Amino acid sequence: MSVLSRPWLWSWLAAAAAFSLTLGLTSGRGAGELGYAALSFGAFAAIVGLGQMLVITLGPGNVDLSIPATMTLAATLALKAMGSDPGTAFLGLVIALAVGFGTGVANYALIFLLRLPPIIATLAASLIYQSLAIWSNRGLRIKPPAGLADFATGRFLGLPNVAWVGLALAILVWVVLERSVWGRWLLATGQNLRVARLAGVPVELVRASTYISVAVFASLAGYLLASFSGGAALNMGQEYLLMSIAVVVIGGSSIAGGNSNVPGVWGAALFMFLVVSMLNSYGAGAGVRNVLTGTIIIAIVIAASSRRART
Amino acid sequence: MTFLARHRIILPVVSLAVLLAATFYMQPRAMSYFGLNLLFNLAVPIALATIAQMMIIMVNDIDLSLGAFVSLAACVTATFLNDAPMLGLLILLALVLSYAVLGAVIHALELPAIVVTLGMSFVWGGIALFILPSPGGAAPGWLRTLMTVKPPFAPMAVVAAVIIAAVTHLLIMRSGIGTVLRGVGGNARSVARAGWSVIRLKALAYGLAGLFGVLAGMALVGLATSADANIALRYTLLSIAGVILGGGEFTGGKVSPTGAVIGAFTLTLAASFLSFMRLSPDWQIGAQGAILILVLTARLIFRQKGSEA
Repeated sequence: MSVLSRPWLWSWLAAAAAFSLTLGLTSGRGAGELGYAALSFGAFAAIVGLGQMLVITLGPGNVDLSIPATMTLAATLALKAMGSDPGTAFLGLVIALAVGFGTGVANYALIFLLRLPPIIATLAASLIYQSLAIWSNRGLRIKPPAGLADFATGRFLGLPNVAWVGLALAILVWVVLERSVWGRWLLATGQNLRVARLAGVPVELVRASTYISVAVFASLAGYLLASFSGGAALNMGQEYLLMSIAVVVIGGSSIAGGNSNVPGVWGAALFMFLVVSMLNSYGAGAGVRNVLTGTIIIAIVIAASSRRART
Repeated sequence: MTFLARHRIILPVVSLAVLLAATFYMQPRAMSYFGLNLLFNLAVPIALATIAQMMIIMVNDIDLSLGAFVSLAACVTATFLNDAPMLGLLILLALVLSYAVLGAVIHALELPAIVVTLGMSFVWGGIALFILPSPGGAAPGWLRTLMTVKPPFAPMAVVAAVIIAAVTHLLIMRSGIGTVLRGVGGNARSVARAGWSVIRLKALAYGLAGLFGVLAGMALVGLATSADANIALRYTLLSIAGVILGGGEFTGGKVSPTGAVIGAFTLTLAASFLSFMRLSPDWQIGAQGAILILVLTARLIFRQKGSEA
């Protein structure tokens, strides 16, 4: 397989194109700042995208629509527990991840016990998580502890800390998918659930752990995002619903499942940020920006799918 | 096959009836011409959007751009259709056609509909922002009159629901072309082998979805009297939930137009019911989710009985 036929290539090419087009306007000034911003904001999209990728890999019909609600709920409860007190960052993290674990279990319980289609199950459950977040938040905006806020907005070796977290998770997911039995089970389940079950793969265990993973990823993203932006807001997760699906598909993972692509998720996450800043710097209004973003998404999907068909 | 599995429509009907009875029990004054109209007024555009979503689900796809599309149709209605009716009509027609083209492209290039419609949701939203950067516009007078008409015996919303359900039932369940369209969802290959052009059928299904999406936008403006670019964004998820509540399935062309209309009405009623219960506003969204789960749980009875037989 040549480099050209790698499905993740397209998202990275698109990100690079958007990056250089933006810099073309400023004749190269601000490259570092733009790259830094893209890595910071791209990290959140990449983390939720990695989770969504695992779920989408499970096969047609599998998608988690509760990501925004899980992010909001985890961030709200974690910040409430920390109450801006120093030294509570770890406690907050544990609470956020526990919330993610809980919503993941709840989502899967609805899917498995009530046999609801995952789209509907996660949609209905997300309404409940949203209510829980509203109820516990009550419009308060609690600041994250100073140390945690410094970490979330800080840098290490010149790269944003959140990007390091996103990168570490990407490597973890990649290793698990490519090198562990669980990863092989997941891919087999996504390619053909019936065959996988007959071959002795514990299909339901794989599905359960996947739905829990995506929720844990979402809760981590929510925790980091709230620390990054100085507090949890009820609409903080909103844009990550479409974003999480978009980065998976632009990244070259098959929406039909059974084929996932970790590097592509990061490329697409960078691209989604860069394309908006590119259109902004060319002075496009909100309307034009949306139209072009949508057109570009579709163009990439067409390019990636015709590429796949030929190889 | 048991009685319940054969008559899937019973579930949506019973859920709506139970919810309606509970609402009347909580608030007897709702049991009137005026009360019913207030309860179900806003269900009409949702029902039309649900029918649009059903057309897409019927051919095994899913439309994530419907909310943005209905918003765009609403913006066009509140601006062009009001100021320059001919031009407005042409734009709305072009929107319907572009949906048909979208269906053909998705089929021809074998693209995943969920992603293409995701991208299109940005496009529709962008155009809507372009047309109406800030909330405003005005409903054409005739549309306003149509949506606030007071027919004898039953309120407008109920009459509209019956008309929508009857027309789409005839089109999808009774007519020859409707059967073929559902066949595309059931087994596209055998429909193609039988000599039908699947690409045309998909274009037709998407075109119908576009038509009902436009009608939903128009109905919404007729009720709300103005529009904005985000007016109907929540319709995307509401319409999917409505189709499933109405007994539809995501695959296999198993849909029910009557069920979809009832599903949309159930969702609308659930919101009113919760405000009658004097539930704290914090919990209203969550309770809506709980009602959704509860009704869908009832599907289990239908599904299992069906598969055992």
